[in-house]
Amino acid sequence: MAETVLVPPEHTVPTAFTRAQLDWLPWLEPLAVEAMTERHMASLVDAARVKSPYFRLLARDPDALEARTRTDKDIFYNPDAGLPRAERELAAAATSRFNGCLYCASVHARHAATYSRREADVQRLLDAGVTVDLGERWNAIVAAAVALTATPIAFGPEHVDRLRRSGLDDLAISDVIHAAAFFNWANRLMLSLGEPAATAGP
Amino acid sequence: MKMSGTDADVIDALVGITPGSSLDGIRERRPEARAHAQATYRALFAPKEPGNVTAQERFAVGGFVAGLHGATAIAVAYAARLADSGASAALPDAIDAAIKEAKTRGPYGTYPAGPLSHEDTAGPVYRVGAATRRALGPRLSAAFEHVHMLVFHPRDAAPASLQALLDAGWSTTDIVTLSQIVAFLSFQIRVVAGLRTLAGRP
Repeated sequence: MAETVLVPPEHTVPTAFTRAQLDWLPWLEPLAVEAMTERHMASLVDAARVKSPYFRLLARDPDALEARTRTDKDIFYNPDAGLPRAERELAAAATSRFNGCLYCASVHARHAATYSRREADVQRLLDAGVTVDLGERWNAIVAAAVALTATPIAFGPEHVDRLRRSGLDDLAISDVIHAAAFFNWANRLMLSLGEPAATAGP
Repeated sequence: MKMSGTDADVIDALVGITPGSSLDGIRERRPEARAHAQATYRALFAPKEPGNVTAQERFAVGGFVAGLHGATAIAVAYAARLADSGASAALPDAIDAAIKEAKTRGPYGTYPAGPLSHEDTAGPVYRVGAATRRALGPRLSAAFEHVHMLVFHPRDAAPASLQALLDAGWSTTDIVTLSQIVAFLSFQIRVVAGLRTLAGRP
């Protein structure tokens, strides 16, 4: 007999992009903590993620989850030169804004604001969308992320040239490419396996 | 390009990165991302424990996702692996037919009613054509309809699309794997496109 989807508890559906903390409610049954094997637990990489229904759902395919997470961490956290962390997060937030993932955009807009200290600019990206004017260097990064996110892909030599004119070297441009590409992975999982919910508290 | 094994780095092969080249050096600065993008490919296309998702289903979805992106070389590579997996001659033709039926431009979709509603963008919801459905069978047909949503309009995802997969015989765990395949390929195809563009602009 076929399984059935989960019906999330009553919640407030967010209707605008926000930097506020959101919850995420699954539409499919995550693994129960007590049913998780050592392999499932190891696939979370960070043990604290056992609290997250999103990661316990993805842990149903542990090898894919673990490799996904290790790819993610190196693209965003590797401190060896390239694009500053703030701008890797900007590319993630712009990709999420363009694809329409409110949950992913909330997390990575918070990170972009924290690392850049440009809260107002990040908020304008969320409010007005990916064509807003954020100054040429950020405009170039957002435009590159958006062009790479479009299907068919619209990223071309003109985006590389514009990033170079803004001072990015090839490692930094590769970081833009990887950050935007990775959020085309993450957005699709977050958007299709559950939904965001406004948190009750302040 | 050849993608028959699972040991040679697929992104390197698809971009045409040779040892000692500039892009080889750039990828080596993010060694975990490079290794685990490949590990994800192995987990999804040569899994140690395939579960209920067959090799043919994995490669068929791979070819469909690449085809929807217009990423011809990548689509050919997955088609070659599909042929190696012993698929009938009718299946590649059905995938090509589905690509022709389904191909459009994204991302589009609808937001929860509210301030973002003015950004709602209409677009097609794919339903596999009758002849194509007969060739694909009910399980792959349900998958392809879901895959089209994930590729082009992921913000339209809803529990009903998951229920359609469950009703067609995909288990909760199978759906996690299917979702990872589509989401990962959305990443892989963009990394390849981005790095090829960068390499073409020395």
